[in-house]
Amino acid sequence: MFEAIAFYLFAALTIGMFTITVMTSQALYALTAMAAGMIFISAFFFILGADFLGVIQIIVYTGAVMALYAFGMMFFDTTRTLVEKRENPRTIFLLGVIAATLVVFIVISPIISTHLEARYPIEAALGNSQAIGLILFTKFLVPFEVAAVMLLVAMIAGIVLAGKKMDKSLTLMAEEEIALMSAAQTKPDSQEGAH
Amino acid sequence: MDVAFIIETIVKIVVILLVFSALAGFGTYFERKVLAFMQRRLGPMHVGPYGLLQVAADGIKLFTKEDIIPQNVVKPIFKLAPVITAATAFMAAAAIPFWPEFTVFGYTVHPIVSDINVGILYVMAVMAIGLYGPLLGGMASANKFSLISAARSAAVFISYEVITGLALLAPLMMVGSLSLIDINNYQSAGITHWIAWSQPVAFILFWIAAFAETGRTPFHLVANDHEIIDGFGTEYSGMRWGLFFIGEYANMFFISFVMAIIFLGGYGDGSIAGAFQLLMKVAFFFFFFLWTRAAWPDIRPDQLMWLCWKVLMPIAVLNVVITGAVILFKLKGGM
Repeated sequence: MFEAIAFYLFAALTIGMFTITVMTSQALYALTAMAAGMIFISAFFFILGADFLGVIQIIVYTGAVMALYAFGMMFFDTTRTLVEKRENPRTIFLLGVIAATLVVFIVISPIISTHLEARYPIEAALGNSQAIGLILFTKFLVPFEVAAVMLLVAMIAGIVLAGKKMDKSLTLMAEEEIALMSAAQTKPDSQEGAH
Repeated sequence: MDVAFIIETIVKIVVILLVFSALAGFGTYFERKVLAFMQRRLGPMHVGPYGLLQVAADGIKLFTKEDIIPQNVVKPIFKLAPVITAATAFMAAAAIPFWPEFTVFGYTVHPIVSDINVGILYVMAVMAIGLYGPLLGGMASANKFSLISAARSAAVFISYEVITGLALLAPLMMVGSLSLIDINNYQSAGITHWIAWSQPVAFILFWIAAFAETGRTPFHLVANDHEIIDGFGTEYSGMRWGLFFIGEYANMFFISFVMAIIFLGGYGDGSIAGAFQLLMKVAFFFFFFLWTRAAWPDIRPDQLMWLCWKVLMPIAVLNVVITGAVILFKLKGGM
């Protein structure tokens, strides 16, 4: 009984939160609703007995959405409503419906054809995190390592792109030094104007 | 589902809520007294004996103050932010064992709300959500200082989460379990078995990161009183501001429990003496938070980032690699 109550409660909450994310024109509402929705999804993992994945869902998405907030802070005045430019509302609607139908079809197809069975069933003797570790490092070792290498590549690329003036700290320099440095640059600094 | 189990759980939740809300209140009293003694002052003295009733006076003030919601703020988010900080602090307590199990009238009580087998991860994850409070409060206020504070809380969160995770990884590899009770039992043989001796680097790193996670003084950038006028709290008043406070102090107590259990042996073998030792360890960690506040200045945001990414993170990664190598060689040698 508790499982059913929890499932329907969190299902309603998750759908509600993501509806707000899509429908609102307020950046702060959208981000907050998305963070909440991502955290509510973890409840389904807990209901299914996958504690480890549930907690990982919380850890990963609180951090990820926090980074989105940082971007939101940089690009928008988050206390104001954003006026979006919609040139072709019909095309957007059509594409949206097609995409949603496709997603529903992809998710439902294994259930319809009743070929839904666990390839690596849960071992009762193993704990939650042990089971995941075992599967990751035996059956899915190659995809796991490839993902790790991809993340490493992304990290190095990020450092190369962002780290051009990392040896200098504007906080520690005197005003004259900063003026000299910006004068020495051939291109004038792009002004950080108000939006 | 057993009725006794449901009643027991509800009683536990209520007890934890009441005890730690009260402790959060007394935490402010301890903090003011400790700071005062370290600065050769007396601290609060006028309300009650030695100023003990100051807590009640502050409580009445906070509860009866007018609840102001300033103009131009994003109202729902502004109202939600303090609740997130306070609520997540108490949610995190669900997986912390506060006391060894004991028997009352033939009924064994486990003083932990839910012993899930990923306890420590759950505690750290839910505590991390608590940082959404300052972030949302700062972003929803129509105030430059609040916005700077929100930006800083995002930066601190994203960086110090890495340190906490990596520092925890090494002791968890040794124990082989994520449950706080298992971690405690691993060290139950006595003081020589504490993880702090075998993992001193992880202990120090986690301790440093705990200051960032709770936003205490050397890393108090999120609400820097003298620089950005209490940061995210600038626009708040009354009980909404009080909720931020309760959340912060409850978090300090809970992270002290977590540190005592993971690194300093927790409640040991589960005897009454061990239980009181746990409380002493928690009191020491809490006192250390206050001591640091009296002894250290705040550091600059760029120093904070430098410390995180260029000092602590490489050390943490090295610690994990060395621990892994040692465990592997021990396994090989054993076989």
